[in-house]
Amino acid sequence: MKKMWRWMAAAFAAAGLAAMADTEVTFYYPVAVGGPITKIIDGYVEQFQKENPGITVKPVYSGTYQDSIVKALTAHKGGTPPTTAILLSTDMFTLIDEDAIVPFNELATSAEDMAWIKSFYPAFMANSQTGGKTWGIPFQRSTIVLYWNKELFKEAGLDPNRAPANWDEMLAYAQKLTRRDASGNATQWGVQIPSSGFPYWLFQGLTTPNGVELMNAAGTETYFDKPQVIEALQFWTDLGRKHKVMPAGVVEWGTTPKDFFEKKVAMMWTTTGNLTNVKSNAKFDFGVAMLPAKVRRGSPTGGGNFYVFKKAPKDQQLAAVKFAKWMTQPERAAQWGIDTGYVAVRPDAWKTAKMEEYVKGFPVAAVARDQLEFSVAEFSTHDNQHVTKVLNDGIQAALTGAKTPEQAMKDAQAEAMRILRSYK
Amino acid sequence: MNRQAIHGWLLLLPAAALLALFTHWPVAATIWASFHATPRSSHPAPWVGLENYQVMWADEVFWKSLANNLWYALATVPVSIALALVMALWVNGAMRGRTWLRMAFFTPTILPMIAVANIWLFFYTPQYGLLEQLTGALGIASHNWLGSPDTALACVSIVAIWKEAGFFMIFYLAALQSIPPSLAEAAALEGASRFYYFRRVVFPLLAPTTLFVLVNAVINSFRLVDHIVVMTRGGPNNATSLLLFHIYQVGFSFWDTAYASALTVVLLAILGTVALVQFLLVERRVHYQ
Amino acid sequence: MRKLETVAAWVLGALWILPLAYAFWTAFHPPEFSTRLALAAPLTLDNFHRAWDAAPFARYFVNSFLLVTMVLAAQLVLCTLAAYAFARFEFPGKPVAFALVLVQLMIMPDVLIVENYRTLGRLGILDSIPAIGLPYMASAFGIFLLRQTFKTIPRELDEAARVEGAGPLEVLWRVYVPLARPVYLAFGLVSVSYHWNNFLWPLIVTSSVTSRPVTVGLQVFSSGDQGIDWSVITAATLMTSAPLLLAFLLFQRQFVQSFLRAGIR
Repeated sequence: MKKMWRWMAAAFAAAGLAAMADTEVTFYYPVAVGGPITKIIDGYVEQFQKENPGITVKPVYSGTYQDSIVKALTAHKGGTPPTTAILLSTDMFTLIDEDAIVPFNELATSAEDMAWIKSFYPAFMANSQTGGKTWGIPFQRSTIVLYWNKELFKEAGLDPNRAPANWDEMLAYAQKLTRRDASGNATQWGVQIPSSGFPYWLFQGLTTPNGVELMNAAGTETYFDKPQVIEALQFWTDLGRKHKVMPAGVVEWGTTPKDFFEKKVAMMWTTTGNLTNVKSNAKFDFGVAMLPAKVRRGSPTGGGNFYVFKKAPKDQQLAAVKFAKWMTQPERAAQWGIDTGYVAVRPDAWKTAKMEEYVKGFPVAAVARDQLEFSVAEFSTHDNQHVTKVLNDGIQAALTGAKTPEQAMKDAQAEAMRILRSYK
Repeated sequence: MNRQAIHGWLLLLPAAALLALFTHWPVAATIWASFHATPRSSHPAPWVGLENYQVMWADEVFWKSLANNLWYALATVPVSIALALVMALWVNGAMRGRTWLRMAFFTPTILPMIAVANIWLFFYTPQYGLLEQLTGALGIASHNWLGSPDTALACVSIVAIWKEAGFFMIFYLAALQSIPPSLAEAAALEGASRFYYFRRVVFPLLAPTTLFVLVNAVINSFRLVDHIVVMTRGGPNNATSLLLFHIYQVGFSFWDTAYASALTVVLLAILGTVALVQFLLVERRVHYQ
Repeated sequence: MRKLETVAAWVLGALWILPLAYAFWTAFHPPEFSTRLALAAPLTLDNFHRAWDAAPFARYFVNSFLLVTMVLAAQLVLCTLAAYAFARFEFPGKPVAFALVLVQLMIMPDVLIVENYRTLGRLGILDSIPAIGLPYMASAFGIFLLRQTFKTIPRELDEAARVEGAGPLEVLWRVYVPLARPVYLAFGLVSVSYHWNNFLWPLIVTSSVTSRPVTVGLQVFSSGDQGIDWSVITAATLMTSAPLLLAFLLFQRQFVQSFLRAGIR
């Protein structure tokens, strides 16, 4: 008799434990901007778990965007993908081709869910939807902005509160802002447009104002050899090699903000995601502006979306969707935007009390959002990593003088079309 | 088979099994896979004959990586061996501060290449890096060392030399210590200069070590790409792309595993040639005591 | 002439230690002084705290430790058995087998990443510590070294033990292994430093924190998309190199001796 009781107790305990077992969500996330991002993410995770007992989220920091996509796909191919990950919005086609992700339409089916999917800025959804389905939910999204050092502007005799509005002005300002020492070496550069890591993104900050797109919406064609594209690349190359207002060759993405803080450069192009980083570290008055126009204003969007992985069990996937929804609530999206400088991804986040107060005290925070009106999708095609590399190599070849911009882009176009051949 | 033979094979079996699984089988499988296309989803890989090799022939990045690797080997191997020999001679002789010197030379070897790469990345940083501060003090213009195709490969080679020379120094040290001092005494008695003694006695006696170190250095120049991953990711514009790095990118970033296999075959051919040359050389020119 | 040489040697030594010394400087001083060598700058451990907090380095260290221990243990067993077979037994196919073993000296698992990754995938053990170690557990270098050593051990000792009725494994354990101790030490040190420092293969094979060794952890941590904070990165870099560096500084002579022995011959 005693034995039976013992068995029953054990059985109840086991059942109880099983019921208590949390749904686990592994969550890969990259960090692409300065600041204590890991701490912030950990904070969010902790709060989410408090409000959602029964779900445990394991955040895994996975490096850069490029590292993260490799890790996620490696894990997926090994049979143990993360439940969810923040990856570049441009990785969408690759993830679909590898059959790695599941569209949110399959998991988020209630009316409330559908409203949620519709609540984001359309500019951000451009890289998140294809074939009538939503594959990614925007989380840390950005546009490129121009930061300028107001002190250095004043020193050079420029109006410190006016940013260059177009390419000609930017070149003229940069020429005034470039200082050299006695031996002719530059001690202060006029402008820096980074070209390491992912030059294609910064390049879109030049091609979009020049009125041209680099690929089609379906991700099966590229247009690198269009004259306006070559013109944009020529302008970029000339800044460094001809007008000498920018370091010649490849400009490092990672050290450009530091160059700005150390007053080694007066204007820099970088993501709005660095805004809070700049705010904390620049010991001078600075301004933020939309990118200079040519035939129009424009910038690519950038940054990462939430994706949910196919091979994860269904209950984990649903928990992941809950997590994504929670992370993109207006209040939270606003808080994330304030903490980092990323553009809060939905219009109602900008209307929250906290955000309105923040923008009042720090108006430049709204610049990136205002630029959304003129923004286009980030460069994305099938076999994205490979095609992007081809474009990056071409840009770097032109910037370092190895090829003329025209030759570089023609070669890149030929190679890209060869790679995309099988996707048409 | 007699008992001895059975015992022999049994003892060998565990190691042999793992070796077969992770060295011999992959070599064969890589060659086999290089004649197929990359499998998509659940379909099996289709036979495509020499298509991957045709793609390779036309692949600009492949040729660049191969050329880079050969230049890189040409730069790092002789320099690190020569430095290693000089260091060993200094540390072996009755020089002041020998122990400190030995520590200074050998320490880079202990560090992970990743750590080495980070430190040198910092060193090379435009404008604030130590190198820039030094060249600035000398009045040389600021230069983006890792960002210029002209200097990037050289910079990366220097990192490898810094890491490897100390390691090879140790082997030379061992060999130098096994040379009987009577030889030096005899040479001194005969009035031979230090340099003559080195050139005619020491260096030939070091031949087996030099061969060993040479082979190691060549293999390492193809095997070790950690610093490329951290410092330049093959850039700018493939100026520092080495063969194994290109394989890594094709195989694990583009996921074109069949083409990666074909590229690996080239790498295996190179390593195989090195093995062959070493085997032949051992038979001929090495002088043993 | 000698004086000139001494000076040259010292200069080279100073140049050689310079990058590491600079890393030490940056790691122990606040970020404002990371690129300026002001002698009066305050020392701080803050960078190390920040690095430690920023990524699960404790776990990474545990992983690396488990990895090198696992690999070394397996290598000691497997290579001893194989070397013993090659040194003291005659069996058909022995020269071919030995030649095949030597292949791994040239063609290391490092270059067979694509295929080995696929094999581990089929075995279903990707993203685990054994997955990192498995391709290396049968070390041709170890077999080669131990075979050389075992061959130099006088056969009389072997026969004496057999006379007392010992079987082949017991002879191995009682006669050969103790006499080869210095070589084991040498090999152990080479193996531990190699696998502690290994990067590319663990990078490919692991994706989660529970199996990531310290080298991969460092690279993930210091990848350059964020604003690079050199003070923290150098601190993290020194942290990851610390175990081997400390061991080396404390046991310099033994380290050097063991690398010497592990070399030629």
